[in-house]
This record gives sequence, structure tokens and C-alpha cells, in this order.
Amino acid sequence: MKHAALAFHGVSAAYRDELVLERIDASVPAASLCAIVGPNGAGKSTLIKAALGLVPLTAGSVTVLGGTIAAMRGEVGYVPQSESVDWEFPISALEVVLMGSYGRLGLFRRVGRAERMHAMDCLEQVGLTAFADRQISQLSGGQQQRVFLARALMQRARLYLMDEPFAGVDAVTERAILRVLGELRERGCTMVAVHHDLSTVRERFDHVVLLNKRAVAVGPVSTTFTTEALQRTYGGRLAIIDDAESGRTAVVAGS
Amino acid sequence: MIDAAIVPAPWLTRDDLWTIATAVLASVACGLVGCWLVLRRLSLLGDAISHAVLPGIAGAFLLTGTRDVLPMLLGATVVGVVTAFMSSALSRVGRVDRDAAMGATFTALFALGVVMMSMAARQVDLDPGCVLYGLLEFVPFDTVDVLGVQVPRAAAWLGAALVLDLILMVAFFKELRATSFDPAHAMSLGLPVGLVHLGLMAVVAANTVVAFEAVGSILVVAMLVAPGATARLWTDRLVPMLWLAAAIAAATAIIGYLAALELNTSAAGMIATVSMVGYLGSVGAVSARSSLRSALRAAV
Repeated sequence: MKHAALAFHGVSAAYRDELVLERIDASVPAASLCAIVGPNGAGKSTLIKAALGLVPLTAGSVTVLGGTIAAMRGEVGYVPQSESVDWEFPISALEVVLMGSYGRLGLFRRVGRAERMHAMDCLEQVGLTAFADRQISQLSGGQQQRVFLARALMQRARLYLMDEPFAGVDAVTERAILRVLGELRERGCTMVAVHHDLSTVRERFDHVVLLNKRAVAVGPVSTTFTTEALQRTYGGRLAIIDDAESGRTAVVAGS
Repeated sequence: MIDAAIVPAPWLTRDDLWTIATAVLASVACGLVGCWLVLRRLSLLGDAISHAVLPGIAGAFLLTGTRDVLPMLLGATVVGVVTAFMSSALSRVGRVDRDAAMGATFTALFALGVVMMSMAARQVDLDPGCVLYGLLEFVPFDTVDVLGVQVPRAAAWLGAALVLDLILMVAFFKELRATSFDPAHAMSLGLPVGLVHLGLMAVVAANTVVAFEAVGSILVVAMLVAPGATARLWTDRLVPMLWLAAAIAAATAIIGYLAALELNTSAAGMIATVSMVGYLGSVGAVSARSSLRSALRAAV
């Protein structure tokens, strides 16, 4: 087995008194694209935050790129849900991307020419060079999502943790994100993304964590992402429609 | 009179000018710090802290028996940080929303402060009314010697506070901006999000106390929130917003004081009124501008 880029060892986490994650054991191999899939309230975002050390663990530990998150922070890029921030904040797209360099810069050092050029390069990768000076509320939802991705690229990370990067984005954004993720994987980076759209898991990801407070199934998409495993993950909230004509299977998850 | 020669507007006395300078310093210092509260959608926290520091002021007074600024400043800064701590702990442990926790914390501390103030007032002359409304008009009568110049004590303290605010804001600009915009991402970068928050609260508390004596707690709340909120309406950029807030804060203080002089009314009250008029006027002007723009676009 390849060296794991991210590994959860018996991780439990609670929100107030309710257990959100229960003894999660899961690992994501390096240079893979991994989807975290599960019903609403399954703890998908919490799992990402647990890996980043943003939520306290009640049990277990997380190994990130072979070390602790505290030691590997500089190597880990985070793409939060786009609704998690105030898009009215007076800041331009370029300035948001530059924030990706803040961890590396450390205290008292200011953003310089090198960072600015790198940030423009990151914006180019997501096709937003023309929008660098726009205030972020003037961007579409998809463009905002791409700004977040560019900010993570700015970190030059080896592991990217993304909370629903494809949620509510347009077709252009979808293609741009997929292209960037593909390029990152070729460079040996690992991407872990919370994903909602069950119908695109097979084509976009090669690894999957099926989550419903517990890790129901973890492994390569080809062997793990099965109807049976999905049924167990979603319980009764899953409708599977077999289309006799095309021979394809549609999976519809209720909320 | 020699004084008349250095007075640019002859109808103003030297005392008037010192009072205006003090009000401007208070307004600019509070306005700049307040921008960060506005950006973090914590405008209410400015209100909360400016009330909650009362027991800190009273406690320092009861302990030392003097009205020196320094012990009061320390007492209030400690209480300010405690307020920030208490309200976030209360919302975590007590399972209430952050604003409810904030409301509970500052009302309780303010009540405690009022009780302590009236106890203190029995011993020495300390008027709770002064804390609420301030004594802007009396600022010039209490001076200290700064490099050979007699400067109102309040102006000296406020000047020092403004310089400190500017130094901190320049030094930690990156951290302030990142933690205000996206705290979770900032935390993932390893930035000290909690520490920046507590630091900001301490600075808000310190500014509040220094401004208190001159302008009173009610005007402090207006000075914290109005310039930032007004500036934000006119610009989409952070640095211009800060400059504009400082300019608005200064203009508000000057216009408010002159208007109070003209109408022979409370300077603190007038400055707060002017800042409110400025804010409401800006809301009107900005929305008129944007509807004019869309009308023009529709016409083209």
C-alpha cells in the first residue's frame, strides 16, 4: 500500500454533547482524489475540520502527510464552504488569494512582489486573472469558489482539504476545478473533498470515504462505491432508480 | 491676547480648540478600532465592552482611591478581555447564541459596575452621570505637562492611545484582515485567531476607557461604530475604508462640537447626533447613487 497522505486513527469528535464522529478509521493514499460522501449531518465537514485541527477530538488522532497537523500545517491547503465567509467583506479577489501566503510569511512580514506574482499565477490557473481587482461580492458563486481554490494553490500545499468545492457552481467553474485537481494529482498532491453529487463520484474521484458519523466504507471507488455500501450509508434515505433503457443507475439521496 | 494670534478661527478660544482636538483624537482612535468591529459584524460587542468595563473602572477606583487614568485603564482592559472570554464561554457552555451570551455578559457586568460606582461615589466625588455623558466641556481644565506644553490630560492619553492603535494595526494588519475575513481558514494557516480576537477586545476596552472620561460611554459607542459603518458604505476596499473612517471620525467631532457651541448644547450629544446624521445621509446617498446608476444602465 502507498504511503497514506491522510489517516484517521479512531477519531471521535463532539459538537456540544452530541457525538458527530464516532471512532473513524480511514486513510487516504497519496496522489489520490478522495471524496467524502454521506447524508446531511453525517459529519463530513467536521471530518475535514478534524484533520485540520480546527475541532477538538474527543478520542483518536490524525496523521497528516506522515506527521501531526501542527507540524505539517504549511503543507495543507484548506478550501472552506463558500458560504462560511462574509462575501461583503471589503477585499479584492487578489487580496483573498494572497492570504494563502500569510502562514508562510509569519509575523511582521508583508506581502511583496514575489507573492503578488504568484497570486496572479494562481488566479490564472483558475481562469480569473481578469477579476483580480474585483471586490469579492461582485463575483458569481462559481468564481468565489475558484478564488478559494486559488487561495489554497497559493499555499503550495501537498494535501488539499476541500469542503464541497462543487456545490452550486457553474459548468465553467466545474471544468476549471477539475482541471486544477487533475494537475495537482499529477504533481503528486492529494485532494480530499466533501462531495454531494453521488452521480459524479465515479468519474471524478478514485477514492471514497462513505461517512455517516462512522466510517461505513473506505477504499477505492471501483470496489467501495457500491449500491450496497451506499444503502448502508444513507439508510432509508436513498432511492436507486434503474433505467432499463440506458442500463444506467441513478442514485438519489434524500436529505 | 497672545492666544488670539494662534487661533485660526477668531471666534474660538484656545480652550475650544483643545476640546475639539480631544474630541477628534477620541473619535479617530475609536473609529479606527471600531472598523474592525464593523468588519467582524461585532458592532454590538463595542457597545457591550464599553458598558462592561464599568466594574473595571470602579474596581480600580475602589482599590486605589484615585481617579488616575492608569489603574482605571488596566482595570477596564482586564474586564474587557474577561467580557470577550465570558461571552464566548457562555455561548459554548450555556448553549446559547453568541449575541444572547454577549447581552447577558455585558448587562451583568454593567449592573455590577453601577453598584460599584455608587459605592465608590459615597467615598469620593465620582458621578455616574459623568461616565455616561462625559465631560467634554471640562477637558481643558485638567492639564498635564507634555514636553513643556500644557496639554489637557484627556488629549494626552487619547493621543497615546491613537499612536498605539496605529502601531498595532500596522504591525498586525495581515493577521487582523485574515482572521476577520475567514477565521477558520486563518486558523488552518496557523494564525493565532483567538489571540488576535482577545487582543482586539483589549484594545477596544482600553480605547473605550481612555475616551470615557472625555466623551462618556454613550458617545464612545457611537464613535466606535458610526465612522466604520459610514466609510464601509462608500468603499469596497479595506485600506481606503480605514482612512475614510478616520476622516469621517475627525469631521464628525469638529462639526459636532461647533454645532454644540452654536446651539449651546451638550457637545457629546451633538457629536453623536452628527455621526448618526452622517450615517443615515450616507445610506441615502449611496442607495440613490446605485439606483441612479441602474436607471442610467437601463436607459443605455
